[in-house]
Amino acid sequence: MAGDLPFTRRALLGGAIGAGLAATASGLLVPEAALGQQRPKRGGSIRVATLSSSTADTLDPAKGALSTDYVRHYMFYSGLTQYDRQAVPRPALAESIESRDQTLWRVKLRKGVVFHDGGPLTSADIVWSLLRHKLPGTASKVKTIAEQIAEVKAAGPHEVLIRLTGPNADLPAILAQSHFLILRKGTRDFRTANGTGPYKCAQFKPGVRTVAVRNENYWKPGRPWLDRIELIGIPDEVSRVNALLSGDVQLIMAVNPRSSRRIMGSSAHNLLETKSGLYTDLIMRQDALPTGNPHFVLAMKYLLDRELIKRALFRNYAVIANDQPIPPGHRYYRADLPQRPHDLDRARYHLQKAGLTGVRLPVFASPAAEGSVDMASVLQEYGSRIGLKLAVNRVPADGYWSTHWMKHPLTFGNTNPRPTADLIFSLFYKSDAAWNESGWKNPRFDRLLLEARGESDEARRKQLYGEMQGLVHQHCGVGIPVFISSLDGFDRRLKGLSPIPIGGFMGYAFAEHVWWDG
Amino acid sequence: MTSNGTRSGTRTALVLIAKRLGSALLTLLLVSMVVFTISSLLPGDAAQETLGQSATPEQVAALRHQLGLDQPAHLRYLNWLGGMLGGNPGQSMVANMPVSEVIADRLPNSLVLAGLTALVAVPLALFIGIFSAMHRGTKLDRGLNIATLSMVAVPEFLVATIAVLIFAVELRLLPSITLVSEEASWGEFLRSYAMPVMTLAFVVVAQMARMTRGAVIAQLNQPYVEMAMLKGLRPGRIVLTHVLPNAIGPIVNAMALSLSYLLGGAIIVETIFNYPGLASLMVNAVTSRDMPLLQACAMIFCAAYLLLVLIADVVAILANPRLRSQ
Repeated sequence: MAGDLPFTRRALLGGAIGAGLAATASGLLVPEAALGQQRPKRGGSIRVATLSSSTADTLDPAKGALSTDYVRHYMFYSGLTQYDRQAVPRPALAESIESRDQTLWRVKLRKGVVFHDGGPLTSADIVWSLLRHKLPGTASKVKTIAEQIAEVKAAGPHEVLIRLTGPNADLPAILAQSHFLILRKGTRDFRTANGTGPYKCAQFKPGVRTVAVRNENYWKPGRPWLDRIELIGIPDEVSRVNALLSGDVQLIMAVNPRSSRRIMGSSAHNLLETKSGLYTDLIMRQDALPTGNPHFVLAMKYLLDRELIKRALFRNYAVIANDQPIPPGHRYYRADLPQRPHDLDRARYHLQKAGLTGVRLPVFASPAAEGSVDMASVLQEYGSRIGLKLAVNRVPADGYWSTHWMKHPLTFGNTNPRPTADLIFSLFYKSDAAWNESGWKNPRFDRLLLEARGESDEARRKQLYGEMQGLVHQHCGVGIPVFISSLDGFDRRLKGLSPIPIGGFMGYAFAEHVWWDG
Repeated sequence: MTSNGTRSGTRTALVLIAKRLGSALLTLLLVSMVVFTISSLLPGDAAQETLGQSATPEQVAALRHQLGLDQPAHLRYLNWLGGMLGGNPGQSMVANMPVSEVIADRLPNSLVLAGLTALVAVPLALFIGIFSAMHRGTKLDRGLNIATLSMVAVPEFLVATIAVLIFAVELRLLPSITLVSEEASWGEFLRSYAMPVMTLAFVVVAQMARMTRGAVIAQLNQPYVEMAMLKGLRPGRIVLTHVLPNAIGPIVNAMALSLSYLLGGAIIVETIFNYPGLASLMVNAVTSRDMPLLQACAMIFCAAYLLLVLIADVVAILANPRLRSQ
């Protein structure tokens, strides 16, 4: 994927960044012109529905927990970097972000950027915004990631130095996450938002609505296009689709594949499919019996009917996965890893090798992990054909993560896309990671992970990540059947939408890209 | 109706109100203890739920300390109770603002929905009930019976979903979700409330109408009605001036029970129409383990219920000379 880009990653993150904005803007606009779409128009007001809204809604980027929060934060705040359509980080508030050793990073800030209250953006704001994640009182969702940041200091009003505890070539990608969006120094009150983002906060009522109006002083000239966005949450999926079809909202998130026909059947509406790294995985704890038996793990992996899961559970809005977490289309995806087939004979063979034929095992599934209940039923059906009796325990979504996930030998997990391969592997596969779901321990994998993190040579990095994918595919106690696409439904008069593989709604940052043609 | 009777009636009512208020406070205290105990049996706490899937032990400990969740349960309860007695329901653990502010946003919404529904449902139920009682045994009565029974039997999510499909998605007459907004015009207001009110009315009308019918028929079988008929009074007059004052007690009671459902029981309607009311707030509070908010919602629902039942009893006493003079 790196080859498709106008610049190599290094050149882009290095000296060529001065032209960063121009490169980003033309990179965004040229394909649209090629598709015959008209130029963006100013004006228009839309209502947007995400899948949740509650009293836990927040304007504090550090506390953002759900997609609704990410969408809200990207409307009001900007980050040092932002993802382009290939999910590659590009400079945003930073004019350039560069490093020789991937440990000490020098960030040059864009000049003339102002907050919504009129105050100028300076390096003090960056220092404060980044360091607050390390304070326990902030309750930041990315505290563990922020631990890598050893020091942030101002080297002038528009220059910041970031020193990491060890080399990490992915810093620009990490900083583009919504949690690391930049706040005004000393912000304590989160009843309203004071950011540098494309929209200003006109109203914020947790659990009810967020109203955003255009920021006339946005640092990207001409943008954003819309006058006003009202963001609401409609937790009930049927109600959400109904609201779109009846014209009450113009954009909705998280369409169930079962509703895709209703939306496609309407001439005024369309679906946006974002192929992402979201997956629901079968977790076989390696520190428990019998799931710690390598033959049992292989038996279960061969038992997964990926085609059926893709077709029946997700109506083909999914991509077949290969028991490793890097999705096809990712720049570090290893394409030459042989696809593991659905093979009952081999599953039976490995089950016999493990000496577990005829054994009865409980498996815990929950609506909290999307599709897991149906996946468990499919496994149960095939299991009965090879002499494995799976008892499906369907438990409620409420409290699933704290009481069941990883707490039994056989459970399901659900992992949201992460912006970098390093984050996925360090959070979920490193031996000592808190969410090393299966509890597998592979010293070689851990060594490769550290090596890849500090490696700035793209080809070498790809090779390292490739080997790690092979290790997970072969030895790790998780079975990943498919990558689930996220589906957004939209009114056809809303233009400018295109998938960004971080997540739905253009990686949650649709607000500055779309315009209304009504 | 002598002045003496009215005075003793007022006194009886006042004594009753005083007694009821006392027992209501006791009930609220017991309810708060039960809610607190049961909700602390739920797996996880506010700190874990806030941090979600991505919680690490240190983060949970830090947040617990920040929220005061590291104190023993009985101390937390006493703290809450002390605040409540002083009129302060505490700080929402999740929303990070005072519970009173969170509630102040939602309570008016719930009251508007309940009020509108009552406005539609009560007259309609009275009419259906009295009408079918007066024509009891006829085809009309049987038709109304079947209609009300099936209204009780059909779950409201079905009514709401079908209504949305017809009126919002197909005909595009009404909005599919209810958006509460200050700047809405009177027409928009009515349009957006039409479906939720209709759905809720669907459920409560049926119950109230059946209770009304039963109460009126019980009176119609009394000898004094026969006497009035022999005197040559018209049926309408008999029902309105003779029967209804006698039947009002059970009718008002049935209404109080039905209407108390409109606050907390509107959860399904709130979900389908995405209406920001109290019931969904309480469900939020349970799933996020936001104890002060949950307690406040429980207190409101409980108090509303007790108040409605009290009103029903007072009305029954004032309407009935025999109860008045007791």
